[in-house]
Amino acid sequence: MSVDILMPALSPTMEEGTLAKWLVKVGDTVKAGDVIAEIETDKATMEVEAVDEGVIEALLIDAGSENVKVNTPIAKLSGEDSGSTPASASAPAAAAEPVAAAPAPVAAAPATISAASTFADPEIPAGTPMKKITVRDALRDAMAEEMRRDPNVFLMGEEVAQYQGAYKVSRDLLQEFGDKRVIDTPITEHGFAGLGVGAAMAGLKPIVEFMTWNFAMQAIDQIINSAAKTLYMSGGQIKSSIVFRGPNGAASRVGAQHSQDYAAWYGNVPGLKVIAPYDAADAKGLLKAAIRDPNPIVFLEHEMMYGHEFDIPDVEDWVVPIGKAKVRRFVAEGHTGPSVTIATYSRMVGFALQAAEELAKEGIEAEVVDLRTIRPMDHATILESVKRTNRLVTVEEGWGPMGVGAEIVARITEFGFDYLDAPPLRVHQEDVPLPYAANLEALSLPSVPKIVKAAKAVCYR
Amino acid sequence: MARTRKGEAPAGKADATGVNTFVGKDELLKFYQNMLLIRRFEERAGQLYGMGLIGGFCHLYIGQEAIAVGMQSIKVKGDQIITGYRDHGHMLAAGMDPKEVMAELTGRAGGSSRGKGGSMHMFDIETGFYGGHGIVGAQVSLGTGLALNNHYRGNGNVAFAYFGDGAANQGQVYESFNMAQLWKLPVVYVIENNQYAMGTSVERSASETAFHKRGTSFRIPGEEVDGMDVTAVAEAGARAAEHARSGQGPFILEMKTYRYRGHSMSDPAKYRTKDEVDNVKQTRDPIDHLKERLAKVGVTEDDLKVVDAEVKRIVAEAAEFARTSPEPDPSELYTDVYLEAAQ
Repeated sequence: MSVDILMPALSPTMEEGTLAKWLVKVGDTVKAGDVIAEIETDKATMEVEAVDEGVIEALLIDAGSENVKVNTPIAKLSGEDSGSTPASASAPAAAAEPVAAAPAPVAAAPATISAASTFADPEIPAGTPMKKITVRDALRDAMAEEMRRDPNVFLMGEEVAQYQGAYKVSRDLLQEFGDKRVIDTPITEHGFAGLGVGAAMAGLKPIVEFMTWNFAMQAIDQIINSAAKTLYMSGGQIKSSIVFRGPNGAASRVGAQHSQDYAAWYGNVPGLKVIAPYDAADAKGLLKAAIRDPNPIVFLEHEMMYGHEFDIPDVEDWVVPIGKAKVRRFVAEGHTGPSVTIATYSRMVGFALQAAEELAKEGIEAEVVDLRTIRPMDHATILESVKRTNRLVTVEEGWGPMGVGAEIVARITEFGFDYLDAPPLRVHQEDVPLPYAANLEALSLPSVPKIVKAAKAVCYR
Repeated sequence: MARTRKGEAPAGKADATGVNTFVGKDELLKFYQNMLLIRRFEERAGQLYGMGLIGGFCHLYIGQEAIAVGMQSIKVKGDQIITGYRDHGHMLAAGMDPKEVMAELTGRAGGSSRGKGGSMHMFDIETGFYGGHGIVGAQVSLGTGLALNNHYRGNGNVAFAYFGDGAANQGQVYESFNMAQLWKLPVVYVIENNQYAMGTSVERSASETAFHKRGTSFRIPGEEVDGMDVTAVAEAGARAAEHARSGQGPFILEMKTYRYRGHSMSDPAKYRTKDEVDNVKQTRDPIDHLKERLAKVGVTEDDLKVVDAEVKRIVAEAAEFARTSPEPDPSELYTDVYLEAAQ
């Protein structure tokens, strides 16, 4: 009896991958531990080992096939003892991730978010040629374009060069720009953040990549005390034109220490600009603006968004201004029922757009305001929306207390009190460290149903 | 008046053999004037603090003058300096205007940061002085970044990163050492070992008290220097700078020194005896030491009195400026938070 070998999940966020190469052919006898194929995940190329003994009966997926979903059968193995369950291929021991955990992202994210890209973008003139690109490549292109434009721009961080980026965001940059401008650092966040700021003080324009913002807590002193404050303390003499960037927020099943949203932390600090884009167009346009900006920038990406494709204007120099929010969904014209403004940023924009669809089915129209920049916060755009809807819900992946939502609510209460028909509500991560267990993780994070519930509550429904 | 002017390459460079040659009378006299300026300036700062004109933290450099002055003498145009919060002496040695430094201490509009930095946060790009940093050890990474800039641009300049025996135990120092040697960055680490990290003696805080060896595991060479002898400082500085400038990477200088005052103005320094302090003052004082050498090369008491009078005048002028310069205009509150993007 034959068993299926399934496409393995080789990273916490992998949903699909490329079957790069078969290392066995039909008729080969394999035993457990033999490398049978190479798979490119969203992060790296990995070897796949057989977990059972047997003879390869069939290769079901051609080498070079892209977008092979996790758990898709990729080969048939004739088992000598008749195993009745499908045998997933195993990751090398070093990866240390149970293969069977593949469906995890779905548990954490009950809604798919691809639908969001179908909304027309009011900022982009009709007729602008568009192309599809992942957020990952949009970020990569932004860095490459700015490095071509300005020889003082360089990238440093862990695994950014030879490894091509822990999340492949810096793919091919080493090849184009060389090791002087794409610098692999030791695992030394505090130190290399300081080196970056020092180089910026002397006039260079570093992009400092943190493998994740969680690791940047090692470096937060240099970001705040050195980068953010020195212009002021020096009476305008010493500038730090530097971009700190990397993935922020909760990935999937990586536990409390690797799942945190730092928007509110850095948003608290004068001297910093804090950006958290949602889609590819904003990721590219805002990163280009960030690199050109003379101030220190905290650029918060989202690991769960890297692999998502969006339309992006296919123009020469796509730059999006820092500090401008964007209304991604307006109340439908002629709508007379209740409406609500959902103000949010980063990955939660997709959740909010999904929630808006759900709400529309129940007669509630939602406007979705994507902050894009956390600091300086464009509360005017939120306020204009609230003037149309008279209700406000905020959504963030971070904790609620002293959070981004708290700031939005304070400002809208201050500047738009008379426009509010209900007390605003905040949707945010539950007030606990993010749990590992799939069910608890899903309970803890914001979700489409939670947003829908809050939106209905402010409509007294 | 022989103070080094802003941005001008100081006289006195190491010769081809690496041996410093400025032991001549004029050079020694210049050292004397600059060291005395620091001492008198700091004494006056202490007075102004006592009068309530200077607030917050104020860390005086008295006792350590030979280091800033000796090292400054071998710096060339474009080289950068960065240090921690005990920074007044370095700024004066670098050639910053004493009036602007003192006015920053009093938080006035005429201060070098227009009153917004204070004692620990002063900067002057023109003289290559990059601060003035209040977080212990931060300047070591930042200074290594200045060296990364020099390396990136290939400008032949060296960054001098000063820190104390206390900062030498911070983790980011070793992260920086590693990268500096790995990438052969032109940086000279100058450890001003004044024996006490605030109130904790070196013996109570360091498992390896020979700080010049702290780079050993990174293959960074180091040297112990008598930090109370200005010419010894300058000679060692010239060797270290040559090492860094020639592409061989970082060098560590451990300057054995002593601070006469407390860690800051509010520190009564009860962790050491008066005898210990008096003993250093009597036997190792860097200015007295230099005076003896000056006498040997024929400088008379009268010559010194001329210098003393000039220093006194400069300090008095600085203090007067710092007292009379107005406080910053309230409109300064929101300036220098962000730079305008030029798109």
